[in-house]
Amino acid sequence: MEPLLTVENLRIELTTRDGIAPVIDDLSFDLHAGETISFVGESGCGKSMTALGIMGLLPDKIGRIASGKIIFNGEDLTTTSEQRLREIRGNEISMIFQEPMTSLNPVYTVGEQIAEVLRAHQGLGKKAAWDSAVELLDAVRIPNAQRRVSDYPFQMSGGQRQRVMIAMALACEPKILIADEPTTALDVTVQAQIFDLLRDLSNQSGTAIIMITHDMGAVAEMAERMIVMYAGRNAEQGPVENIIDHPRHPYTKGLISCVPHIMAKLTKERHELTEVGGIVPSLSEFGQDKCLFASRCNMVTQKCLEKRPPEIEFKGGHRSACWFAEKV
Amino acid sequence: MSKSPIIPEEEIQKARHPMAEAAEMFAKNYAAVAALIVLLLIVLAAIFGPTLYPTDPFEMVWAPFSPPGEGGFLLGTDYLGRDLVAALLHGARVSIIIGLAAAFMSVFIGVTVGALAGFYRGWVEEVLMRITEFFQVLPTLLFSMVIVALFGASLPIITIAIGVVSWTAVARITRSEFLRIRELEYVMASRASGASNAKLMFKIILPNALPPIIVQAALMVGSAILFEAGLSFLGLTDPNVVSWGQVIGSNRQYILDASYTVTIPGLAIFVTVLCISLVGDGLNDALNPKLRQR
Amino acid sequence: MAFLKAVITRTLYAALLLAAVLVLNFSMMHLAPGDVADTISQSMGGADAAVLEEIRKDYGLDQPFLVQLGSYFNKVLHFDLGYSFFYNTSVTGLIMQKLPATLLLVVTAQVLALFVGIVLGVYSARNPNGLSSHFVSILALFGYSAPVFWTGILLLIGFSLNVHWFPVAGMYDLTVEGGFFVKLWDLIRHMVLPVITLSSIFLALYSRLCRATMMEVLGSDYIRTAKAKGLSEREIVYKHALKNSLSPVITLAGLQFSAVISGAVLVETVFSWPGLGTLAFQSIIARDTPTILGILFFSALVVIVGNLLTDLALRFVDPRIGRKG
Repeated sequence: MEPLLTVENLRIELTTRDGIAPVIDDLSFDLHAGETISFVGESGCGKSMTALGIMGLLPDKIGRIASGKIIFNGEDLTTTSEQRLREIRGNEISMIFQEPMTSLNPVYTVGEQIAEVLRAHQGLGKKAAWDSAVELLDAVRIPNAQRRVSDYPFQMSGGQRQRVMIAMALACEPKILIADEPTTALDVTVQAQIFDLLRDLSNQSGTAIIMITHDMGAVAEMAERMIVMYAGRNAEQGPVENIIDHPRHPYTKGLISCVPHIMAKLTKERHELTEVGGIVPSLSEFGQDKCLFASRCNMVTQKCLEKRPPEIEFKGGHRSACWFAEKV
Repeated sequence: MSKSPIIPEEEIQKARHPMAEAAEMFAKNYAAVAALIVLLLIVLAAIFGPTLYPTDPFEMVWAPFSPPGEGGFLLGTDYLGRDLVAALLHGARVSIIIGLAAAFMSVFIGVTVGALAGFYRGWVEEVLMRITEFFQVLPTLLFSMVIVALFGASLPIITIAIGVVSWTAVARITRSEFLRIRELEYVMASRASGASNAKLMFKIILPNALPPIIVQAALMVGSAILFEAGLSFLGLTDPNVVSWGQVIGSNRQYILDASYTVTIPGLAIFVTVLCISLVGDGLNDALNPKLRQR
Repeated sequence: MAFLKAVITRTLYAALLLAAVLVLNFSMMHLAPGDVADTISQSMGGADAAVLEEIRKDYGLDQPFLVQLGSYFNKVLHFDLGYSFFYNTSVTGLIMQKLPATLLLVVTAQVLALFVGIVLGVYSARNPNGLSSHFVSILALFGYSAPVFWTGILLLIGFSLNVHWFPVAGMYDLTVEGGFFVKLWDLIRHMVLPVITLSSIFLALYSRLCRATMMEVLGSDYIRTAKAKGLSEREIVYKHALKNSLSPVITLAGLQFSAVISGAVLVETVFSWPGLGTLAFQSIIARDTPTILGILFFSALVVIVGNLLTDLALRFVDPRIGRKG
């Protein structure tokens, strides 16, 4: 089956004080209809930039897509007009963000903010859009939707605001929903509710989800495939079960072993809680022709410091960028 | 066994004194530096001008309404034949002295009110804030006009009239800074180690509240000069003293014949206040850390 | 319901402020050297001690301070602000005569300054490095630093004396004949220069603040969300961003009312505009104390009412004010 979204050799550059850095360096992946995939990695590895790149929302003077393709439904999003991108945003590809407390406009009601997406993209009239907004609030499990639709964001909790964001994003039944760390700013109990909601809605409507997170537990729960990012590069990608069962990159291995309950659940072994020593390279160190994880890796050799590792394929669509992937 | 992590060595940057950083920031602002130089020239002219150019501004030296350049008088004469250059130089003294004195008074009152309100909170704050609002409600020019009208137009009264009505902005800024700073950790720490209220207010909080207060104080000098100009334009000034606004006011009826008698003193006021505003802006950029990151 | 409550509380508070102004007025009258009796005798051309005593008794000046204050309050509540010996009419009547002219000037100037200021601010926020942005900064500096009476005179010289586009002084041309629209046009012609002069100071302030606020707002998270929803740029700037930027600018405008009135005094003097400012100026020269204080009280009233209206306007613009979060 044709993938819904194909990203080919994407390179996103950021202009920093010290020069131009490739915050995303040669990234390729596919997304199929109805699939949920997850982007994983530590802060600063470029996950959010990928999402912004797909949406065409890179910060104006600072970021740009240097090369590569983003093919959605036959169109290359890197070359389409701004007009067309605006038609796609909120309509065929939607995005929700990390900070629900500040991501809604404080001076308009939540109903209005949902309704305007429907009016803009689906040409609904005022009343029809408003009624749909009430239904959507109901669908994201906000109790008393009829009354709350006239509330302002400041009258709602963080979890409720995030639900409103989800309602806004799914209003036009997009083919892809990008969720950029949707629960990081919320309480743990609310986190689980939001993930359940996303999963149920996606099953209902067949929307594919790209979930960006640094929470390995969430990945195991939600995603079918995962893409592990490190320093702007794709360290490993493949089906979640396969990777957790047998990670093929030292970084992934370190990430997984930091989360005890995954290991216990899947392999029934008890492992020591390890940490991956060292720190993430800074933006100015991205893009060099060597393995960027080398300084923290316990399998490092001279080869790792001299050339960037190629991607090695394993079965089931499982890839790893490590010189010693077979040995991991 | 895991290999020990390689942590890149970072150069330790030597910390610099905040004043030095601020001064450097200011120096980069060419407009502000140029304005500062012009201001210094004006101040020098005010201090030494009348001595170096000893013409009495009240003395009739030539025919009335001589345009600039005639008879060797650089800026011409006014409706009574008095030298405009002398008027400008003497006027500079008056404007600057009153500007500084009135601004000083406003800042003094404003900082006191704001500091007490922001520090003590409770009913002290309530009362002081109501008083501040009261002064805010009265139109400043009218209020000082009334004071001058009732108590006479002498330089001290004018200074007081300006100073007593203009302090509310300073009070607001001071109070909000105090409210912010008193919650910071180093203040809590000082209080925990037994510092007295006075020490907390003056040695610990106030020095850190200074940057926006300094900027406002600089701007207040400018607005005090404008204020004095307004009062003297209306004739509410010491009759024994020449001031820029007064020159404009008394020559106003003659703008058809001799507009230069009005435009030139006004230009002097404008340039002075403009330079003060530019310096104030420069100070704001230099001292205000939030803007520094832009 | 909350709105009504807000109106009532604000109004009561305003009344309190006014009362304080009255007390101030009254105290100043007594602090000044010389009293009403002296003023009266001056306009009478002098009087002997017995007559002065009579006048003092008449005006209750021999009563204790608090009693006098009480009767002053009483009079004010009956809209009696005293009698002007210079103009030979009641102060209240005098003020009411001149008030409309000043209100017209002040309100038009504020509205113009706000409107143009916001337009300029929004435009230069969208093009931060463009020409218009620098223009706004420079305009701000000039408008703020030039003495308002000098600006007025310059405009007079430029547009009235040299090119006769606008009249030199006053509010009406009494010789103009014609119907309503002719008279209206005449009024507008007279208004142009004074209004522009008065608004020049504040236009600078409002446009600078609007630009700064808009730029901050345009970088915020909810604008990013609006972009992610695929809304057009017009909608993002004028619907989402602008409404959030209005609040600080309107607040500032409210705070500026007392400065606007101060400026109006000078502008009215320059253009011979027949309002409270000119009246104030003339009565100060004439030492007409009741009138001066009456004007002070009234202008405080205008400022307070202006603040009240601004406060209420803010509630429409920002739904967070006055509601429980």
